[in-house]
Amino acid sequence: MHVPDGMINLPVSAAAGVVAAGAVAVSLRGARRELGSGPLAEGHGAERTAPLAGLVAAFVFAVQMLNFPVAAGTSGHLLGGALAAILVGPCTGVLCIAVVLLMQGILFADGGLTALGVNITVMGVVTVIVSYGIFRGLLRILPRGRRSVTVSAFAAALVSVPAAAAAFTLLYAIGGTTHIPVGKVLTAMVGVHVLIGIGEAAITALTVGAVIAVRPDLVHGARGLAAPLKLRVGGELVDAPAPAPVAAATSRSPRGLLAAGLGTALLLAGVVSFYASASPDGLEKVAADKGIDRKVEEHAAAGSPLADYGVKDISNTRLSGGLAGMIGVGATVVVGSGIFYVVHRRRTPANAPVADGRS
Amino acid sequence: MGAGHAHKLYRHGHSPVHALPPHCKLAAVLCFVLVVVATPREAVWAFGLYAALLAGVAAVARVPAGFLLRRMLIEVPFVAFAVLMPFVVPGDQVHFLGISLSVPGLWGAWNVLAKGTLGVAASVLLASTTELRALLLGLERLRLPPMLVQIASFMIRYGDVITDELRRMSIARRSRGFEARGVRHWGVLGKSAGALFIRSYERGERVHLAMMSRGYTGTMPVIDQLTASRAQWTAAAALPLTALAVCLLGWTL
Amino acid sequence: MSTQPRKQPPPSLEVRGLAYAYPDGHQALFGVDLTVARGERVALLGPNGAGKTTLVLHLNGIHTAGAGSVTVAGLPVAKQHLAEIRRRVGIVFQDPDDQLFMPTVREDVAFGPATAGLRGAELEARVVAALTQVGMAEYADRPPHHLSFGQRRRVAVATVLAMEPEILVLDEPSSNLDPASRRELADILRALDVTVLMVTHDLPYAMELCPRAVILSEGVIAADGPTRELLGDAELLGAHRLELPFGFDPSAVPVPRGR
Repeated sequence: MHVPDGMINLPVSAAAGVVAAGAVAVSLRGARRELGSGPLAEGHGAERTAPLAGLVAAFVFAVQMLNFPVAAGTSGHLLGGALAAILVGPCTGVLCIAVVLLMQGILFADGGLTALGVNITVMGVVTVIVSYGIFRGLLRILPRGRRSVTVSAFAAALVSVPAAAAAFTLLYAIGGTTHIPVGKVLTAMVGVHVLIGIGEAAITALTVGAVIAVRPDLVHGARGLAAPLKLRVGGELVDAPAPAPVAAATSRSPRGLLAAGLGTALLLAGVVSFYASASPDGLEKVAADKGIDRKVEEHAAAGSPLADYGVKDISNTRLSGGLAGMIGVGATVVVGSGIFYVVHRRRTPANAPVADGRS
Repeated sequence: MGAGHAHKLYRHGHSPVHALPPHCKLAAVLCFVLVVVATPREAVWAFGLYAALLAGVAAVARVPAGFLLRRMLIEVPFVAFAVLMPFVVPGDQVHFLGISLSVPGLWGAWNVLAKGTLGVAASVLLASTTELRALLLGLERLRLPPMLVQIASFMIRYGDVITDELRRMSIARRSRGFEARGVRHWGVLGKSAGALFIRSYERGERVHLAMMSRGYTGTMPVIDQLTASRAQWTAAAALPLTALAVCLLGWTL
Repeated sequence: MSTQPRKQPPPSLEVRGLAYAYPDGHQALFGVDLTVARGERVALLGPNGAGKTTLVLHLNGIHTAGAGSVTVAGLPVAKQHLAEIRRRVGIVFQDPDDQLFMPTVREDVAFGPATAGLRGAELEARVVAALTQVGMAEYADRPPHHLSFGQRRRVAVATVLAMEPEILVLDEPSSNLDPASRRELADILRALDVTVLMVTHDLPYAMELCPRAVILSEGVIAADGPTRELLGDAELLGAHRLELPFGFDPSAVPVPRGR
């Protein structure tokens, strides 16, 4: 999924670089706040940024190597953007992904150096903002509890992957070096990435679930949902009287960021769809002028293995392009969360209350 | 990644390329790739010259072709993408061996392949002639925010430690007869990933304590000061400047 | 060592009535009193959860005392001289991977003195001296990850020695070491001319290195005396969940070369 050099033209790459740099600059400030709490922090947020974000980046890097077998010898792996955002917060998440991408680009030549801005914007910024926005939004709607956290994590990761694909398509539509009909790119990208997103969502939800069962305090996105304190009274654990019920998590979570996240998600879907459906793409127009569009459509459908994932009515490019964003991003959330609810209801987690995490 | 992989990425040597300061090399590679990307795709010969330039650098650096090519396998996924282009891009068609291919698609595929491959080759050359630590220092010297360099530096330092933990967990799972074969085993793998995160985060907290215990207050002390002489900058600039000349020729011819 | 000429040097470490509760209300220390004279080697013994690590984190001001005081060579641990306190108190943490966070051994050892403002040749000399003290000078340019566990622990000691501390605090120094590394580390520690506070479960190791021992239990110092006497008191050890290894007889061990 790493974009190589030469796929997006220089002006758009540079613009994406500016966006990425801005996001990283904002995240550098935000990460201090996110990492500045906890029993050992005591106001050391700024100093904690480097070691903690560095270790989380190393974790993201390592966990991308963990193979999740699908079937018949194939396997997938985690992309980690949504996971990082949920576990350590959006700002630290952006920083971690940006550093991972930077190192992958320089050390492994994975992703072009001129495309670094594009890669960070698409895989870091968009993924993190969309997933965190959806995650916090769902948490607010759903009843409080651990299952809500895993469900929200599932939905957030599920949407974040096709959203990143849509963002890439948007960049490609503006600055792609070769004009593939945007509708088709979008359909194919979103279609494929919805499938990838399901895998990503399952892994992310399972991982978040595993963390929250042991150290709920470490799930940044779900702070304030920690189990109530217990008192030992005559050998029995009883709930301590709750100190002024929470609201800490919600007040700390920047309302603006949440709004921005949801807004961006909608905007992306909207703009891309609008662009795809409204603009008769340059080359398509050429093709139509030359009267070979029929033939092209055939080729496109027959020659591309991606065609299987397209919206059925692919010949109507504008419509399908416009719809794909909506269908891909929107509907899968509902379906995905539904499925997950059903699957999840069967195993009721009986997690012991949490240790105080200190030795 | 991490230090443990250093020996795989980095080829120890004493060539003039190895000896250049890392920030000069980083800047040179970045400029070179920029120039390559800015070259019109119709100037096919220009890309040939770029490849020859890189081959020249590899020869000076005494990096064997086999090593370079093996490392360049990373680009296989986007080769696949490029191969699709002649089929999905609309436009004039040509017939080759009975297959109908679109001309703009072929140009597009060529464009991505040529530029992407040159970019990968340049990065691989950089990584194989520069030590990890030096790359980080170079990035810092090039004014990357120090905090980012610190994060990257911690990531490199602990990448191996954490990958090792992942490997030990996998061995522990298999020792107890668990072999992940399909989707139904994802629960266990997810738990491993969760446990790995907790270990990583807690290690981060301990590292922070250890740093504070030695007086850390948020900024890394400068231990190695990088300097580059005018001659070194000139040597490093040779690659992008030659490429720029080629690029300009490509636009004018 | 800091060599300010003093007639009667203040004790390296003086802890008075130290109590501490974590922000969540969990109280770990209930009034600790401990004095370690300059040049002494003291073992801090205690079961898991006795508050040993919490106490150690007070010594260099990572935790701030809820009540009571900590003084290092006459300087109280307080916000305004944290930098100096952290230079004087060298803590060697249990897992050397946590402590060795820089890309190479040399940079890691240089980290402390460089943070304190040392540069250039002086810094280099300090690094070489510290690495030589632990016999790791030839590993200076290696990444810590490539060293054996015992070597990493020794480098961890060097990172702290490079700051020329007043007192060296070791958290479980013998854990995970093979017998040869254990002995090598003991030789190094014995050769150092510095005050040592050694936190450990490893009673024979404490006996080998430290003439004096204190037992921290339930957040207070429960016993303080010559190591041999404390370890010979089976009842005392049993009361604080401390046990000697099978077949180990403290009275049969020659007296350590103490100071």
